[in-house]
Amino acid sequence: MSAQHPAGPVDPVTPLDGNVLAGRLGALFAVEVTTLVVVCGACGASGALAEAVVELDDEAAIVRCRACTHTLFTVLGDDEAPVLRPASLASIAAPAPKP
Amino acid sequence: MTVSAWLPARVVSVTPTTPHARVLMLDVPGWPGNLPGQHLDVRLTAEDGYQAERSYSLASSGGGARVELAVDEIPDGEVSPYLVREVRAGDELEVKGPLGAYFVWRADDPSPVQLIAGGSGVVPLVAIARARIAASASVSPMRLLYSVRSAGDALYAEEISAFEDRGVTTTWVYTRTAPDGWNGRTGRVGADLLADAVWPPTMDPLIFVCGPTGFVEAVADALVASGHDAGRVRTERFGGS
Repeated sequence: MSAQHPAGPVDPVTPLDGNVLAGRLGALFAVEVTTLVVVCGACGASGALAEAVVELDDEAAIVRCRACTHTLFTVLGDDEAPVLRPASLASIAAPAPKP
Repeated sequence: MTVSAWLPARVVSVTPTTPHARVLMLDVPGWPGNLPGQHLDVRLTAEDGYQAERSYSLASSGGGARVELAVDEIPDGEVSPYLVREVRAGDELEVKGPLGAYFVWRADDPSPVQLIAGGSGVVPLVAIARARIAASASVSPMRLLYSVRSAGDALYAEEISAFEDRGVTTTWVYTRTAPDGWNGRTGRVGADLLADAVWPPTMDPLIFVCGPTGFVEAVADALVASGHDAGRVRTERFGGS
C-alpha cells in the first residue's frame, strides 16, 4: 500500500541544481561586503559586518560578534584567494534597500 | 564603486602637518574615484620581497587620479613610520581601493550628520565635510566634534577651523593640553559633552565616529545610552587604545 496520495504529490518540488541560484544570490555577493548584515548564531545579535570585532594575525582574520564575542567566521588565505570558514555565523543578508 | 586589484601609485607630494603626521598626495592611474569616508589599502614591498599592507582613510573623494591620505605615525608600526618619515615625492607604492561602503556619506541623504573624531580618526570625516561643503544642493546640516590630545596634534587644523564659515561647525576638545586662553572643553569625551555638542536624538542624525578603538567604543556606547539609535551610529576603529 502506498502512502502517497492516489493523485500523486499535489505540489511536487522539482529538483534543480545550483545554476538556478545565479540570479537569486547575485545580489548578496555583489554587495560591498562591509555592508552585509550578519546574524550571530550564538546570541542572535545582528548588525553590519563593518561593526563586527576583527582580530588580524599573519594567518587569518578572526571575525567575532561584538555582543557575545563568539567567533562568527574566520577568513583564511590571502587577498587573492580568500577562504571563509563559518563558525557561529547564523546568516548573511544583503542590507535593506534604501527607502 | 569598489575594486580589488593592486594599482601602482606615485607619491606626488608630502606635507608635514604635525610632528608625527604627514599628508600624502598620490597619483593613481586608473583610480575609479571614491565616496567620502572610504579607505584604501597601501602595500609596501621591501627589496627582499617582504610585503606589508595597512589600511588608510582617504581625505579626498570624487573622481580623478589624485588621492589624499593623512598618516599618523604609530611608533612601533610596520608601515606608518615609513610613510611619515621616509617616503618622498616620486616614490612608488601600491594601493587597492576604494574600499568600504559602510562608513560613507552620500550627498543625496538629507539627514543631519554628526561627525565625531578622535585623533587621526578625523581623516575620513574631513573627506565627508569637504564633500558636504562642495555639495551645494545638499540640505544636510553637518557638525564636527574633534577630540585631540593638544592643538599641535590636530590634523587639518587650519582647514577645519575654516569649515565654520562654510556651514560645518566644530567643537574642539583637548584631552591632555589645551591652548593658552582656552575656555572650551578639556578632558575625555563623556555623556555631558556629547549632549551639548551632538545633534540630539530627536533630530535622528546619522553619526560617524572614527578614532582609536577605545575612543570609538566609549563614544558609541554613550550615544546609544543617551537615546541615539544604534543603527544610525556608524563606526570605524583603527586599533590602539
